Amino acid sequence: MIVFDKPKALTDTPFHYCPGCTHGIVHRLVAEVIDEMGIEGNTVGVAPVGCSVFAYNYFNCDVIQAPHGRAPAVATGVKRAHPDDFVFTYQGDGDLAAIGTAETVHSAARGENITIIFINNAIYGMTGGQMAPTTLPGQVTTTSPYGRKPEIQGNPVRICEMLSTLEGTAFAQRVAVDSVKNVKAAKAAIRKAFEVQKNKQGFSIVEVLSTCPTNWGLSPLKAIEWLRENMIPYYPLGVYKDKTEEAKVNE
Amino acid sequence: MSNILLAGFGGQGILFAGKQLVLAGMKQGKEVSWLPSYGPEMRGGTCNCSVIIEDEPIGSPLVIKPDILLAFNGPSYEKFAPNIVTGGKLFVDSSLVNFEGARDDIEIYPIPATTLANDNGLTGLANVIMLGYIVKKTGIFDAEYFENSLISGIPASKAHMIDFNKKALKLGFEYEG
Amino acid sequence: MGEKLLMKGNEVLGEAAIRAGCKLFFGYPITPQTELAEYLAKKMPKVGGLCLQAESEVAAINMVLGAASAGERVFTSSSSPGVSLKSEGISYIVGSDVPCVIVNVQRGGPGLGGIQPAQSDYYQATKALGHGDMHFIVLAPAYVQEIATLMGEAFDLADIYRMPVMILADGALGQMMEPVDFGEKKQREIPEKTWACNGHKNQRAHNVVNSLYISPEVLEEVVVERFKRYAEIEEKEVLFDEYMTEDADVVVVSYGITARIAKTAVKAAREKGIKAGLFRPISLWPFPKKELASLADKAKCFLSVEMNMGQMVDDIKVAIDCKKPVSHYGRTGGVIPTPDEILAKIVELNGGEN
Repeated sequence: MIVFDKPKALTDTPFHYCPGCTHGIVHRLVAEVIDEMGIEGNTVGVAPVGCSVFAYNYFNCDVIQAPHGRAPAVATGVKRAHPDDFVFTYQGDGDLAAIGTAETVHSAARGENITIIFINNAIYGMTGGQMAPTTLPGQVTTTSPYGRKPEIQGNPVRICEMLSTLEGTAFAQRVAVDSVKNVKAAKAAIRKAFEVQKNKQGFSIVEVLSTCPTNWGLSPLKAIEWLRENMIPYYPLGVYKDKTEEAKVNE
Repeated sequence: MSNILLAGFGGQGILFAGKQLVLAGMKQGKEVSWLPSYGPEMRGGTCNCSVIIEDEPIGSPLVIKPDILLAFNGPSYEKFAPNIVTGGKLFVDSSLVNFEGARDDIEIYPIPATTLANDNGLTGLANVIMLGYIVKKTGIFDAEYFENSLISGIPASKAHMIDFNKKALKLGFEYEG
Repeated sequence: MGEKLLMKGNEVLGEAAIRAGCKLFFGYPITPQTELAEYLAKKMPKVGGLCLQAESEVAAINMVLGAASAGERVFTSSSSPGVSLKSEGISYIVGSDVPCVIVNVQRGGPGLGGIQPAQSDYYQATKALGHGDMHFIVLAPAYVQEIATLMGEAFDLADIYRMPVMILADGALGQMMEPVDFGEKKQREIPEKTWACNGHKNQRAHNVVNSLYISPEVLEEVVVERFKRYAEIEEKEVLFDEYMTEDADVVVVSYGITARIAKTAVKAAREKGIKAGLFRPISLWPFPKKELASLADKAKCFLSVEMNMGQMVDDIKVAIDCKKPVSHYGRTGGVIPTPDEILAKIVELNGGEN
């Protein structure tokens, strides 16, 4: 009996991610959903710039590597060219919430029928621990060495809350991958987002609170604790928008 | 060969009038070009277009020294009349332009196009009256041919404008100073 | 010969693209090319296509990257400041080896510059529209009719060589109307897009469209391979036009709208007994080096005429190996040169009074 197997939608290439990094978990969750829905053959992924830039090496579906922050625009181009393909982007917080804010907001506003997997770990990983748009007040990074001071470096951006105000956003949920229970919930959210896309209901986003032990300077376990104690209070988990539920209520 | 410059206020139908000349030339197999001024003054500002109708392929589409100038307002007259070639023709809306002391080395054809339009229930068609006048005075096109060319370009949704345009052209054709 | 239509250059850009089988346009409004997007906004839905106004030039070029990666014919258009914004995406498109067409209806610069016609993006288009070791094909139409022809050709070239092709026009050409006959363009043989990211349907390995090569050796290899393609293009795809150059003492070199103004000046010079000729590069990259070099033995001098401060001069010097003097006459900032100004320069180069 097989009790554990690699999803078909993942290649055999070993992940390059640091020990304790949660990218691997989220990649796997996305791949499992693709497998379960049987959609690998008509899915196109869009990889960002950041730690997950190499996502094209890991997913077995077709993948386009986008310029920094532009993944939702690239995904728009693919989706408009092939409306029946599943198109998802996989982006970090610097990519999605800083340099690519305009592309994120406007693809949501247009109700682009794409799915965004948004990894929020409150830091720039690939470039080595700089302040991200989602870095918490007081959080130390290499470019906020005295802790992020809102009066100097401004306040963090809450993406799900912001996007849920837009008419084109059909589904927005924030999840975390800090426990088995939450990982299961994260997978359910990703599945839901792809279903929303399948039903052509509009823009869907799953924000995943993730860890970056290396750049946080914590062990993987301590990092999980830090996420729980600091990130979840600032970025509450939950469903921020669900047009499918609204539709049910209205029926 | 004709280098024509049409100039006036935005909204006077300058670009439309230029296009009618070019269309009529094109249908006769001539080489033609139409180049508008463009800019932030979409309405009410100054507006002009260069029209060239030639037998040979057209080089520069920009009319700097017009053979024919159609001046629909004072500023256009003042700006462009000095550039008309010697022996060239100035058509001017005399209801709007004071052209006293104009050059004596050009032919001047004044017509109170705006007044004629208003007096005949053709407000907004001073440009077409002017077209009728220049076609007749220059002989650049046969009058009947030009009328057919212009009318055939009016879309079905604006069929009610056909008679107004015919009337305006006729006023221009028949105007005798 | 088909029917002649009177159309604006900007509209012809759109119509010719549709006739080339392009059903996708992503753009952002900017003077003096907006009529193109307006034309497509009306026309695309009627032919089952899409004209989408993006939130920025940056987004528009990346939508192009997406649609091109998915294997579809796609194009975008802008004017100078907007093209600068697109430069990031263009570099990625080159690095990803995907085809698309990019239109630049130039206006004066730098900065917000002006909105009148210019050719001051010659350097940007031919030398450095994006970071990295790169080229792409740049075609400069001079007539509204030629826009129609070159636009069709641009899509074919893009598909054949898997790279962006730029149509480098200017505000005057975009705004002016001339008769155009779309005729029937014979489409070239287009290779199948086996690399496209359009879903592998469980019938092939996954495709990746990517411009990242973390190993320097691998990246070098990819770039070198791409330059072999560039060499092939320089060999096969040069486009130019000549007028009375066979016996010319003064060879005027000029492209786009300026070339036709220069042609008027060359005619006038001939009437004065001056042996002037016009060489008009149509492909600015690949630049017609050999063809220009072949004129260098006979000609006394070359005159570059452009609506800029002399951006093509060095290309001419390199092409003719500096065998003869190369001068420049140009206006910039949106001023269109007159035939008389160019004629005066030709007379001067020919040794003064005639």
